[in-house]
Amino acid sequence: MRVVTLKINGQEMSGRDDEDILHVAREHDIEIPTLCQLDGISEWGGCRLCLVEIEGSAKLSAACVTKVSEGMVVNTESERLAGYRKTIVEMLFTEGNHVCSVCVSNNNCELQDMSSDLKIDHISLPYRYPLRTVDASHDLFIFDANRCILCTRCVRVCDEAEGAHTWDIAGRGIQSQLVSDLHQPWGESTSCTSCGKCVEACPTGAIFEKGKAAGEMVKDAKFLVYLAEMKAEKS
Amino acid sequence: MSVRTRAARKNVAVKAPSDDKRWSIVAAVMRKHGSAQSALIETLHSVQSTFGYLDDTALAFVAHSLRIPLSKVYGVATFYSHFRLKPQGKHNCVICMGTACYIKGSARLLQRIDQKYGLKVGDTTRDNQFSLLEARCLGACGIAPAGIFDGRVLGNLASPLVESQLDNWLAESQQNEPKLP
Amino acid sequence: MMIDRKINQQISSPEELANVAAEQLAWQAQYQHRVFVCMGTACQSVQSGAVLTALQAEIKSKARENECLVSPGGCQGNCASAPLVSVPEQDLLYQKVQLSDAEEIIEALAGKPVGRLLCDNKSDFFTMQNRVVTNHRGLLNPESIEDYIAAGGFSALLKALTDFTPEAVVQELQKSGLRGRGGAGYPTGLKWSTVAKTRAEQRYVICNADEGDPGAFMNRSVLEDYPFRVLEGMAIAAYAVGASKGYVYVRAEYPLAVERVTKAIRNAEKHGLLGNKIGSMSFDFQVEIRLGAGAFVCGEETALISSIEGGKGLPCPRPPYPAESGLWGMPTLINNVETFANVVPIISGGAEKYATIGTPTSKGTKTFALSGSIMNTGLVEVPLGTSLRKMIFDIGGGVPDGHKFKAVQTGGPAGGCIPEEHLDATIDYETLMELGSFMGSGGMIVMDDSSCMVDVAKFFMQFCAAESCGKCVPCRVGTAHMHDMLDRITKGEGTMEELGQLESLCDVVKFTSLCGLGQGAPNPVLSTLRFFKGEYLAHIVGHTCPAGVCAPVGQDIRRPTCAL
Ligand SMILES: Cc1cc2nc3c(=O)[nH]c(=O)nc-3n(C[C@H](O)[C@H](O)[C@H](O)COP(=O)(O)O)c2cc1C
Ligand code: SF4
Ligand code: FES
Ligand code: FES
Repeated sequence: MRVVTLKINGQEMSGRDDEDILHVAREHDIEIPTLCQLDGISEWGGCRLCLVEIEGSAKLSAACVTKVSEGMVVNTESERLAGYRKTIVEMLFTEGNHVCSVCVSNNNCELQDMSSDLKIDHISLPYRYPLRTVDASHDLFIFDANRCILCTRCVRVCDEAEGAHTWDIAGRGIQSQLVSDLHQPWGESTSCTSCGKCVEACPTGAIFEKGKAAGEMVKDAKFLVYLAEMKAEKS
Repeated sequence: MSVRTRAARKNVAVKAPSDDKRWSIVAAVMRKHGSAQSALIETLHSVQSTFGYLDDTALAFVAHSLRIPLSKVYGVATFYSHFRLKPQGKHNCVICMGTACYIKGSARLLQRIDQKYGLKVGDTTRDNQFSLLEARCLGACGIAPAGIFDGRVLGNLASPLVESQLDNWLAESQQNEPKLP
Repeated sequence: MMIDRKINQQISSPEELANVAAEQLAWQAQYQHRVFVCMGTACQSVQSGAVLTALQAEIKSKARENECLVSPGGCQGNCASAPLVSVPEQDLLYQKVQLSDAEEIIEALAGKPVGRLLCDNKSDFFTMQNRVVTNHRGLLNPESIEDYIAAGGFSALLKALTDFTPEAVVQELQKSGLRGRGGAGYPTGLKWSTVAKTRAEQRYVICNADEGDPGAFMNRSVLEDYPFRVLEGMAIAAYAVGASKGYVYVRAEYPLAVERVTKAIRNAEKHGLLGNKIGSMSFDFQVEIRLGAGAFVCGEETALISSIEGGKGLPCPRPPYPAESGLWGMPTLINNVETFANVVPIISGGAEKYATIGTPTSKGTKTFALSGSIMNTGLVEVPLGTSLRKMIFDIGGGVPDGHKFKAVQTGGPAGGCIPEEHLDATIDYETLMELGSFMGSGGMIVMDDSSCMVDVAKFFMQFCAAESCGKCVPCRVGTAHMHDMLDRITKGEGTMEELGQLESLCDVVKFTSLCGLGQGAPNPVLSTLRFFKGEYLAHIVGHTCPAGVCAPVGQDIRRPTCAL
């Protein structure tokens, strides 16, 4: 491991070469939008919101999975990036069925926050209105597929932090869907330990506690960082 | 026995779901690959070629044997379009929808099959005689449009040729039907 | 019935190899007449297997087994005239051979050829090609290691092992200028040197035989006809980069190729040309075959690696590149089938000689699968730098049935459609890229005036949407949206505003997707918009389809019509 110096948005800084751009930027109070990234679990690189420009490269790079290197010159904000990010969030809104006013996570939703941060005032892409279901078979929790953005945070948290691997994505492409075990009702899952980590990890109102009314679900996944650190300490 | 305790007992062969001798073929494939998690796809191939499709029992057996989470096995089985989770017809007809075949009218072949037999891609006839599938290029573009009928590649397909093949299969089932006295 | 000579010995030095070759040649020479029947997928689909049996039975019934040998052979290239039978000593090729022709063909072996079956093998289709990868075309029993050795097979491997250091092999590859044949054209020697330089206990070599491009079958043909050559190329690569384990990842849709490669691995192992202590040297290389399961994205190298590891074919962000961290985290060399097949002539003939073919930046030859609306569909191999016009009108014989050429599609779902006015462009990595297309793996689909370019764009978009792995948002959702928009245009429901939206989605998906599938998915739309915008406008503004695909010519595409 080495310490490298780099420039993000014109600001000189240093970081370790095993760190990614996202974390080095955050340490220096530069916020890059993210959705699929969650501290304490592995990186995924799927939402593409954290894309940044790196000087000398024609391609955009996902900050959450790109390691910093000596002399790197990064730009996290531009009109082009803003446009791309907006369209991607629009895509997420049109892919599922998101009705914020009735959602348990209204005002506590990362997707909602993202759209206000990016100043999205209307959706210009056509809604796809997919047919999706709500699984309320679990004693404690509910999974509403209409609000799922397929970020796989629950899949990773369940596999990596809890070790149960109850969740996974079935199918592919636009047909992808979150399933538990062999696509059984969640309540019949033999692997689920009812630990509730997926509830905290889910950025929207897709996985939530039973009995919560609109706007009542508040999530906090900070404990994952401690879990990960303690695990690393042990090994 | 619960999933968890079974999976936890490393290196103990999981009991096959039934007495069916064919499970030994599947078990042999897993053994050949050292029952490693990386054997998953090869194992699913062997289940499908032995039993024709992958049902929940088979998926659970493979998951427990290779010590892979159920949802992960399900994810893999549904990610790859080659794997089928439902029983297939006795025969199968695969129409190529690759570029060369499309340019040469394979979409019209499918349209025609839909009109005449009421079958869409992925469907099986009600008498289970045949299933209709599509493929992405069979590597036989030189003789496009191409298809596979029960494993045999046929080229330069035209509707009459396809229909005569399908009609044969249907007629076969009517012959086998027990005649009313 | 299979008449073949089988040797049963270990080959451990170039001398022994030469002996085996000489013996096999002598054995072949005792037959006055040799006949080869193509056993490729296209020929087999029209019963070339039965033709082979019929010819062999005919020889038996005439008691001429001692002078005539009928063997299964490889693809002749002109698959449209299948089944093909060739008689090398008479320099003849018979086409569309029926079972009932067997007697006549055998009778004609010494005398006058069977005129009505003759295929003109002096036509441009045959003479304008330059066969390096497919040089024994048709005249090699694909399943016989003896035949392959007699034709010079495995001498490159033993030469590399005895005369070259691993570094020298890498240098030779760099000198040859060979670029990857799997699509992007990355310099092969450079990739090899990265793998060789990365420190690790274990390295892997993977042959990418996923060939998912719809409308491409070169890799299938090379694997079916030259399984030993591909394995030889892989072994040379393994020696050069220091790998002891290799995988051939073949799509399950190619059962014949799977069978041939599986047998070839076993056969080469039996003779000490794969496995432990190859050529009695301290060089081990085990090869295993892995089957795909129907996912185009598994052709992408990181997805392919996840698939070999037993998981879903989900691509991972690069860097790290597989050359540094690939299969099970180890440095992994991954090359296309044809790239490996090219290694053999480079080592046996020398890099200088190889580099004389092609253009300054695109060296060597490339195989193409010509198909669509063209006279001579089939497999061809030409030097890079050949013009598209020569390819389509001379070699391909032009567009049949009085139709007019409209466009040629190269590069598969990430490629583009090139119109008439650019036909003088040459086939090389850079030129195709400038035209908004892509070399890809070598599919070349010719379209005539009966193809609607909006419909073609929709076809490719549907392909990409169905094959998107779903990991990243722009590709997963973007391709679905783009497909819907194109669908509305072909139904006359599109608007000019939506066309603008389609263009901007193309830009987003191209630049924000994680892997090459999403990054390339907009290309067919962009290239048809660039060269055939008029057709889009005809659909949107005029509500007509000039090619008569979305509705018969002159009819309003908005009205529901009975297509048949
Ligand atoms: C979506 C996608 C599909 C691909 N399919 C193939 C394929 O079928 N065969 C292949 O050799 N390369 C394919 N590639 C390219 C590979 O990722 C890789 O670049 C190639 O195998 C490297 O070999 P080469 O250097 O010999 O070309 C594909 C790439 C992408 C992005
Ligand atoms: S671009 Fe498409 S295929 Fe590639 S990772 Fe993203 S969703 Fe998967
Ligand atoms: S946060 Fe980096 S891709 Fe989602
Ligand atoms: S496109 Fe149908 S066989 Fe290739």
